[in-house]
Amino acid sequence: MNKLTTALLLFCACAAAQTHTAVAIRNAKIVPVGGPVLSKGTVVIRDGLIVDVGENVQAPPDAAVVEGEGMTVYPGLIDALSTWGIPGAAAAAAGGRGATAGRGATPATPAPAPAAPAAATTPSRGPEDRPQTTSWLNAADELSPTDPRIATARAAGFTSAVVFPTRGIFAGQGAIIDLLSAERPGAMVVAQGAGQYISLTAGGRGGGGGGGGGFPGSLMGEIAYVRQVYLDAQHYALVKEAYARSPRGMARPEYDRALEGVLESKRILLPAGRLVEIDRMLRFAAELKQPAILYGVREGYRPEAVDLLKKAGAPVLVSMHWPEPPRDPDPELVESLRTLQTRDQAASAPALLRKAGVPFALYSDGLDQARDLQRAVKKAIDAGLSRDDAIRALTLSPAEIYGVADRLGSIEKGKIGNLVVTRGDLFDDRTKVEMVFVDGVKYIPPPETPPAGGGRGQTAETPGGVR
Amino acid sequence: MKKIVFAAMIALAPLSAQTVAIRNATILTVTKGTIKGDILIRDGKIAEVGEKVLIPGDAAIIDATGQYVIPGLIDCHSHIAVDGGVNEGSISDSSITNIKDVIDPEDIAIYRALAGGVTTAHILHGSANSVGGQTITLKMRWGKDAQGLIFEGAAPGLKFALGENPKRSGNPTGRTATGAAPAARYPATRMGVEDVIRESFTEAKAYQAEWSEYRAKVARGESPIPPRRDLRLDPLVEILEGTRMVHCHGYRADELLMMLHVSEDFGFKISVFVHGLEGYKIAKEIAARGAGVTTFSDWWAYKVEAMDAIPYNAAILQKAGVLVSLNSDDAELMRHLNIEAAKVMKYGGLSESEALAMVTINPAKQLRIDRRVGSIEAGKDADLAIYDKYPLSASAKTVKVLIDGTVYFDREKALSEAAAKQTERQRLIEKEKQNQQQNRQQPARRPSA
Repeated sequence: MNKLTTALLLFCACAAAQTHTAVAIRNAKIVPVGGPVLSKGTVVIRDGLIVDVGENVQAPPDAAVVEGEGMTVYPGLIDALSTWGIPGAAAAAAGGRGATAGRGATPATPAPAPAAPAAATTPSRGPEDRPQTTSWLNAADELSPTDPRIATARAAGFTSAVVFPTRGIFAGQGAIIDLLSAERPGAMVVAQGAGQYISLTAGGRGGGGGGGGGFPGSLMGEIAYVRQVYLDAQHYALVKEAYARSPRGMARPEYDRALEGVLESKRILLPAGRLVEIDRMLRFAAELKQPAILYGVREGYRPEAVDLLKKAGAPVLVSMHWPEPPRDPDPELVESLRTLQTRDQAASAPALLRKAGVPFALYSDGLDQARDLQRAVKKAIDAGLSRDDAIRALTLSPAEIYGVADRLGSIEKGKIGNLVVTRGDLFDDRTKVEMVFVDGVKYIPPPETPPAGGGRGQTAETPGGVR
Repeated sequence: MKKIVFAAMIALAPLSAQTVAIRNATILTVTKGTIKGDILIRDGKIAEVGEKVLIPGDAAIIDATGQYVIPGLIDCHSHIAVDGGVNEGSISDSSITNIKDVIDPEDIAIYRALAGGVTTAHILHGSANSVGGQTITLKMRWGKDAQGLIFEGAAPGLKFALGENPKRSGNPTGRTATGAAPAARYPATRMGVEDVIRESFTEAKAYQAEWSEYRAKVARGESPIPPRRDLRLDPLVEILEGTRMVHCHGYRADELLMMLHVSEDFGFKISVFVHGLEGYKIAKEIAARGAGVTTFSDWWAYKVEAMDAIPYNAAILQKAGVLVSLNSDDAELMRHLNIEAAKVMKYGGLSESEALAMVTINPAKQLRIDRRVGSIEAGKDADLAIYDKYPLSASAKTVKVLIDGTVYFDREKALSEAAAKQTERQRLIEKEKQNQQQNRQQPARRPSA
């Protein structure tokens, strides 16, 4: 019977992809996150949702059954700050990226070839020109399901990502997406309005603002600009409201898309790597009266940083791109003790944050190969983070931070059918990701990790049929 | 257990003691002459200075026999402890920026300045703009966070700049990486510099009027929409209202005079001319307007507008009645401001107290913090530098530096800790090497990307 169904499905795979959508993984170890581990249980997914999970759950007769003997099922991993699915966007990182594009650059457009003439933009003369601002951009509008990194990330067990446009000071608004091979990008979007991504990179460029780059060219210029924009947004809202009440006899307020984008954003993501920056950005967020998430947190291992974060109660996203020694360094290079300490201890930040009760999640920060991601998580585990907490920092914690724990982050009835099925413990060196479910659709990673640069990744298949 | 607690108390003693006594020192008070005696410090303030001071039994004693105590040095013009650039050079008027936003309390230059006897420094925006950014006065409390460095209650300032630096940005030379000539920024001439400053103050006056009108309406019981806050104009209004200092970078006599005229036209005061190398030519004019000058002892000729300089500048200005200080503008020079002061004794024949005043009480007055710091007097902050030898000698070294009665630099302690830090460095370097070797020995599971 089963065979017959499979054969039928193979004949009409496309149609089946939409209609035949129940899967049961049975006799597997289940790590639901946020609940006790089931040493032998069954998970049932139907129509993209988890419909049942438990030790005494029976596989429905119409479900495609996965024999989970010897396998472990986890909730799909979530990259808490990412650009997967937005090709051409720079990796979201706390500083250290290349020069940011000028005003009006769209993050969705891949960077032009170096030979292409640079667009003749007038350098910004001040905050009024809204430099490096695309606050109105919505990551949900910039998605491309064909981004090869989606398949690569899935091979590492990631099923969701919180993606942002990342170019500029006010880069734009994030979206929470499922990493699926959809025909239409809209199908990927789980939720919009993840927050406004703010980057402050002038410090990394040395500052100065010479060379005709326009305002702002220094860190203090960027901070002043952000502050002015929030004051302007407040004023803009006030004037618009007054005009809406009684337009008669009142000058019409000028539409400002930059301020619209800022007003729409319910939280901001602020870059903070060093302890000094963590202190600065926590104060800045409080001054702006904006709910904030700090990202980067390279010096999150320092006790002072942990204390500050604990006191502020702000969630943080810790970059898994742990600092590494420079390649082919100047033989005369003398690195500061702090630099050496940071390299030695950065990966212990998650364990310390966990101990202090600071809400945190981990993010890829440019890593997209399964092996690199696995190693990066392993490093945090070796530095004291428990396996359970590591999994939580990549599943339920990011879901909670972004307010989508009602649909993502754990294996629970009613949540989205995003699962990782492994042989062995996730993050173990020899562990193999057997299959990944995104929105209930099964993806099997190719036997070998493809070389960097993507190319053809996994094959996607629906339950019982190959697409 | 008791022993441990006791040991811990001793270890913490210099930091937490409420009462500290510096004994048997030669005390150069700057304002009250030289005393051989003791200083009693209570709760971070100087409680008593004199030949015979009654020291309470619970006081932590610093024996300074054969040593010299001077007020902690004050640098009126520094650019240390700033993150992400000291210039917002993209625009002619960068008064929207504030150094306070980018204080870097981990800049090693703070520690080095402290070791050179500096306890307070005024941190300025750079000189790329006619109207520059907002400034902040910091105490060199090494180890504190950004907020902990801020000299609480000190008046804020705004940087202005005249001459070559602000106009050079208007005449960019060279090319950017993309091959295009960078866009020029106004102004390109000294005339333009004056114009930018006048324009900014004209705007500030209109903005000030807009807010006054709004407040008047509110006072009348109306509920108008408030004007848009403009962070660029706010500090200029504060200057017009006298609550913010003007620190104006300039070298040439003609443009210093120009700035004096501008200030008269708009009705504000210039606190300090920064550099003022040609100040000696217009000492009377500067003195008549009550402006101060912060200059170098003998550093010049690094550009055309800094050519016509003499080492007697500070002394001549001082004798004409101008409040003069000597500043560093430089993290290295900042470490030996005491020697800079000594030079004006040689050039210009100033007295020991007059010379020391140029790096202590005079900059304190220029920064409007002289009620708190700048001399060794009862009631002032216990910001003190203890030297092993006569502090105006080139061979003098600081032994200890105190801020608010707390020892922030202790040469002996620093030297004894250096070895441990070196060992820790070596340990981390070795550890990293081993890790790298291990990683290399592990065969890659896939061809490297």
